Amino acid sequence: MSDNLTLPAQQGSTGTSTEPLLEVRGLTKHFPIYGGFPIKRKVGAVQAVDGVDLTVGVGESVGLVGESGCGKSTTGRLITRLLEPTAGTISYLGQDITHASRKQLAPVRSDIQMIFQDPYSSLNPRQTVGTIIKSPMEVNGIEPEGGREKKVRELLELVGLNPEHYNRFPHEFSGGQRQRIGVARALALNPKLIVADEPVSALDVSIQAQVVNLLQEVQQELGIAFLFIAHDLAIVRHFSQRVAVMYLGKVVEVGDRDAIYNRPRHPYTHALLSAVPEVAIDDETEAKERIRLYGDVPSPISPPSGCRFRTRCWKAQDKCASEEPPLLQISGNRDGHLTACHFPEDPTTEARAEDVILDPALKALEKDAADDTGAKPAKD
Amino acid sequence: MTSPTKAEGSGPAVALDPELAATSEVDKPKTLEGRSPGQLMWQRFRRDRTGMICAGVVIFFFVISLCAPLLTAISGTNPYTLYGQDPTYADSPVLDDFGLPLGYLGGVSGDHWFGVEPQYGRDLFAMLMYGMRTSLYMALGVTVLLMATGVIIGLIGGYFGGRTDYWIGRVTDFFLSFPQQLFFIAFMPVVTAFFVDPREETPTYFRAVAILIVLWLLGWMGMARLVRSTVLSLREREFVEAAKVSGASPWRIVRKEILPNVVSPILVQFTYQLPSTILTIAFLSFAGVGFVEPTPDWGKLFAAGAKYAEQDPAFMFFPGVALVIFILCFNLLGDSVRDAFDPKSGR
Ligand SMILES: Nc1ncnc2c1ncn2[C@@H]1O[C@H](COP(=O)(O)OP(=O)(O)OP(=O)(O)O)[C@@H](O)[C@H]1O
Ligand code: SF4
Ligand SMILES: [Mg+2]
Repeated sequence: MSDNLTLPAQQGSTGTSTEPLLEVRGLTKHFPIYGGFPIKRKVGAVQAVDGVDLTVGVGESVGLVGESGCGKSTTGRLITRLLEPTAGTISYLGQDITHASRKQLAPVRSDIQMIFQDPYSSLNPRQTVGTIIKSPMEVNGIEPEGGREKKVRELLELVGLNPEHYNRFPHEFSGGQRQRIGVARALALNPKLIVADEPVSALDVSIQAQVVNLLQEVQQELGIAFLFIAHDLAIVRHFSQRVAVMYLGKVVEVGDRDAIYNRPRHPYTHALLSAVPEVAIDDETEAKERIRLYGDVPSPISPPSGCRFRTRCWKAQDKCASEEPPLLQISGNRDGHLTACHFPEDPTTEARAEDVILDPALKALEKDAADDTGAKPAKD
Repeated sequence: MTSPTKAEGSGPAVALDPELAATSEVDKPKTLEGRSPGQLMWQRFRRDRTGMICAGVVIFFFVISLCAPLLTAISGTNPYTLYGQDPTYADSPVLDDFGLPLGYLGGVSGDHWFGVEPQYGRDLFAMLMYGMRTSLYMALGVTVLLMATGVIIGLIGGYFGGRTDYWIGRVTDFFLSFPQQLFFIAFMPVVTAFFVDPREETPTYFRAVAILIVLWLLGWMGMARLVRSTVLSLREREFVEAAKVSGASPWRIVRKEILPNVVSPILVQFTYQLPSTILTIAFLSFAGVGFVEPTPDWGKLFAAGAKYAEQDPAFMFFPGVALVIFILCFNLLGDSVRDAFDPKSGR
């Protein structure tokens, strides 16, 4: 970590085509770890988020994708100010809200809302649906035309629930319906930005598409900007205009939908894409690249030096260990497509000549087979 | 407003939302009052035969002790008159020459339904009714007080966490480290002496206040710990975060989001705490630091009963049976309440 060159983030580098609504610069969150005996002291930190740059435009939907534990939720929680950032800045419509207190945040609060992952713990079991959706309006003293109850009924209808469910309790609803209630609550304040933290990953696959469609329609009809957090690229494919790929607390690649899905450069994006089943629907080629990542994400307590992906990267070289690749528009990238990699892949999702296999057991197996036929084994 | 779910779908089309169809079918009847978790709990409780009977018995005890003056008016006795020594009652003796009750079962008769006390000849029925009144309502007061304290302290510690929680935890530990029974006995005279000149007679109400203070000071910790741990787990729930995102104040979050969710553990704890407080108060009187003569008190009846046990074992019978039934029913009631709140816990 100490020997790497950190280049300053380029101004407006993660820029969007529209006017920026939310700008995040160098956002960092370290959770301290206490230990030691007999006196407890700080012995380290979980570097959950470590210098994330992100911009969300007005009415734009941005996907934030990465493996489990790479800091997506933490980023979302920092942006909604549920967590206090360790470093970096968050500005909303040009106003710095990085360390704003609850009172200072009040005017902005209703603009930034959140949809949670777990539909079971995100609704208070002791409140009726009406109370749940009404609370944000009460807190912010919003008195909509025709009264709050009428507004709640409208919202219920908007998210595809029966307005008569007003007096029901959450335990009387299915997971999908609960998530709709969560969406209605987020919409109650007419927000400009909604952070959706894996809003469908707790739902049954058959219901996921419905909820994603609902969100998409809400996004398009009401012009709300979305930061949609997901752990695979398939879910955000149709939803997001731009996608940011995160790995171990950092954004490694960001670009518009076409750039990420059809012209990815970062090896990690390639690996994620190869895990997406229906990625090749646009081009007719049946055969896709196959990359099988093995092992877990390294510990965020002591991340690898240089490029954090190097422990699992098949293109890693010495430079990757010593120098941290900056997030740049590298040659071959279109406008707004940024990649943090020293040795990027070709901008294609065409089939590879050879499979990249990163599972050692699998590699050994296939190597034997390859040796038999005299072919060259897969590259490390 | 248009309903976007019915609008065209851009992804895999789900024009006909099955969830939507299903829900609109269920909701034919217009009265759509959902049943709250509280109402569901009440329904489950009503189906529990033991719980209902025990609740009835417990309520019965509270009612009769509240009606003690009424009942003693019917029996025509009072807990203070010494029927064995008072010359007014010389024509209907209740005690023999040795000061023991005449008749069977400690002198049960039409006048004295539960018999009389040896030596003095006081009416046991009246003593028990008034004694129960003192004990039950003292216990109720103490329990409410220490529950309230425990809930407040637990809420603060659990919700704010960090340093606040640490110091509250240490204070709780400190109070927990007292050997309670010993301290009750040791502290009662101290507290009394603190407020009242030892040379003067301590008024009865003041003894009550002293008992209240001592039991309260040494009794709130269990509740505080229970509430704290419940709140700690609730605090991490996403609905609390949702409230924070909407800008709710900590006070509102505690009141609207967290408190309603700790009601059930509080209620369950209450049904366990009350009988144990009654026993503690009885113990104090038994040990001679609680109420003194002539205030009628349940615990004191046992102290007296122990004294008379050899000559007149029947004296212990009625207060003892009443106490056993009451405590048993109250504890069974506690179990039923817990089961009703948490159907998974089973038996
Ligand atoms: N309150 C916390 N205290 C300490 N460490 C934390 C805390 N919250 C998160 N972490 C750590 O930060 C890292 C990132 O967590 P985060 O929840 O942001 O991951 P994620 O990308 O949302 O993963 P998932 O897809 O599983 O939800 C994890 O290693 C996690 O253990
Ligand atoms: S910088 Fe090196 S290790 Fe990191 S992704 Fe690029 S090639 Fe792989
Ligand atoms: Mg997460």
